[in-house]
Amino acid sequence: MLKWLVIILVCIGLLKPITSVLNNSLSVETLNKISKYKDMLLKVLIGISAIFTCGILIWIIGYIIINGIGLVNIEFLTTAPFKDEGGVLPMIVSTLWIVLLALIISTPIGIGAAIYLNEYAKPGKIVNVIRFAIESLAGIPSIIYGLFGLIFFVTILKLSYSILAGAITVSIMVLPVIIRTTEESLKTVPKSYREGSLALGASKIRTVVKIVLPSAIPGILSGVILSIGRIVGETAAIYMTAGMVPNMPQTIMNSGRTLSVHLYLLAKEGISFEKAYATATVLIVIVAFINFCANKTAKFLNRNTVVK
Amino acid sequence: MNGNTLSGEIIQENDIKETEMKPKKDRKKITASDIYEIIAKIIFMMCASVAVLGVVVITVYIFAMGFPAILEIGIVDFVAGQKWLPSANIFGILPMIIGSVYVTIGAVIIGVPVGILTSVYMSEYAHKTVLKILNPAVELLAGIPSVVYGFFGLVVIVPIINDTLGGKGAGSSLLAAAIILGIMILPTIITTTKTALAAVPKKYKEGAYALGATKVHTIFTVIIPAAKSGVFSGIVLGIGRAIGETMAVILVAGNSVIIPEAITDPVRTMTANIAIEMGYSMGLHQEALFGTGVILFIFIMCLNVVLHFIQKREG
Repeated sequence: MLKWLVIILVCIGLLKPITSVLNNSLSVETLNKISKYKDMLLKVLIGISAIFTCGILIWIIGYIIINGIGLVNIEFLTTAPFKDEGGVLPMIVSTLWIVLLALIISTPIGIGAAIYLNEYAKPGKIVNVIRFAIESLAGIPSIIYGLFGLIFFVTILKLSYSILAGAITVSIMVLPVIIRTTEESLKTVPKSYREGSLALGASKIRTVVKIVLPSAIPGILSGVILSIGRIVGETAAIYMTAGMVPNMPQTIMNSGRTLSVHLYLLAKEGISFEKAYATATVLIVIVAFINFCANKTAKFLNRNTVVK
Repeated sequence: MNGNTLSGEIIQENDIKETEMKPKKDRKKITASDIYEIIAKIIFMMCASVAVLGVVVITVYIFAMGFPAILEIGIVDFVAGQKWLPSANIFGILPMIIGSVYVTIGAVIIGVPVGILTSVYMSEYAHKTVLKILNPAVELLAGIPSVVYGFFGLVVIVPIINDTLGGKGAGSSLLAAAIILGIMILPTIITTTKTALAAVPKKYKEGAYALGATKVHTIFTVIIPAAKSGVFSGIVLGIGRAIGETMAVILVAGNSVIIPEAITDPVRTMTANIAIEMGYSMGLHQEALFGTGVILFIFIMCLNVVLHFIQKREG
């Protein structure tokens, strides 16, 4: 294993000296020919890569939907699972709860943070620290969030395995997404809006709330929609904090199993591949719908800024 | 004299004006709008500091839980130990570290060239109508949940590897994990590289064309080198995503605690180790899992610092 890696690295290292030796020793005509072939080869590779990217997406989605769509019906969506039978209703409800709670927590904080960074803060050490923190939050893998949620919310704050613990954990996770998209859309609000409002005697906070924020709403919305997608798709962090009880959650202090955790368990334990295909289909449809919505709102934002 | 008295009067007038103004100003400071102003600023600042607080608290708790265990087991025994036998209180995570590194290298070998070339296609060759399909396709690729990738790998990639290459894990292998992760990091690399390529000034391209360079030559010797830091930050982000991925890897990697010798060998990553055993672990075993988290965290932090410096140099 290591041997092969070394051989590959040595080959890559030798590539440059070899080509330079060839360049010096060959005639111009042959060099021209070689570079022509190189051009062709690279062009073909570029084409193949683009086709590969598209193809793999079509393959994944097509394979899962073809195998799963026949198994998704009203009964599947409206019944509780029982061993390898039944549907996914409790999972849908748990997923909705976690998405809703996480958004309630993270949207105001994220928007507030973005307003601070874009409207109030002056460039300096504090802003640098905050930006580095946001970058770091975005880079922390979900399993680390899961570990943290398990020790802090589940154990120390005694929330036990619950929807609330899961929601708080993922709300920290999606914070960078919301802050970034909100900031981007705040940046697209023209400066003249703020100046006009301030010139009319409005206070700064009034300007921010009444003028800047409403103009940035589509961007904020697309950020929120993206976070919904991330929460729906999240497995590791929720699995370790919200547990995996496949029952309908009565309160937010109950443990709940989300759709992705359900799919993971179905596939990992080999409970039922049929149900797994159906669950995966539901997930893909939800995510595709979410992406579609995010695109539409982002387009709305672009149209607005172009008109201005 | 006259002048002096005059100026004195003016000064006096100014004093009077100032004394008249001052109480007004003070009264104004007490008005509700100024208080709102300050409160609003404080609230917004608190929101922003939640991000900092989050990073600090997460770091502190992960280290506080994991580090004592690492010290108890012994740093060398923990990081360089080749055996992981929780029942015998032997905790060595070298196979997991190597597993994570190999899987990530594999993902980079598969994902980076394809990702960069695809973004080259999208920014230099693709027609507008093609982009209308490709852009949402890449976004969708980014949006598909990791567990769906894992499931796809389990039902498609793993059987294919089992049929063609065989191997100890019946297809569940380092190769399968690398392929799935390579696909998963594609959107990250494509979007960052595309942005970087789009930011290269048009002058560069025109200059290269004027010197008689072909389009392909221009792309690979002028545009990509000019967008180097963006491309690199894309790769680093991709590495971060690959090394931190959990569920997809668990489903396809086989999860045996061995140091892989062939690409068809099953492999367990650090993330998989945590997720698989956390459910039933107790005492030192659980702390050792947090210790695994600490090592993973150090890897990620190093990547973050590298990324920070790349982006700093860029802008």
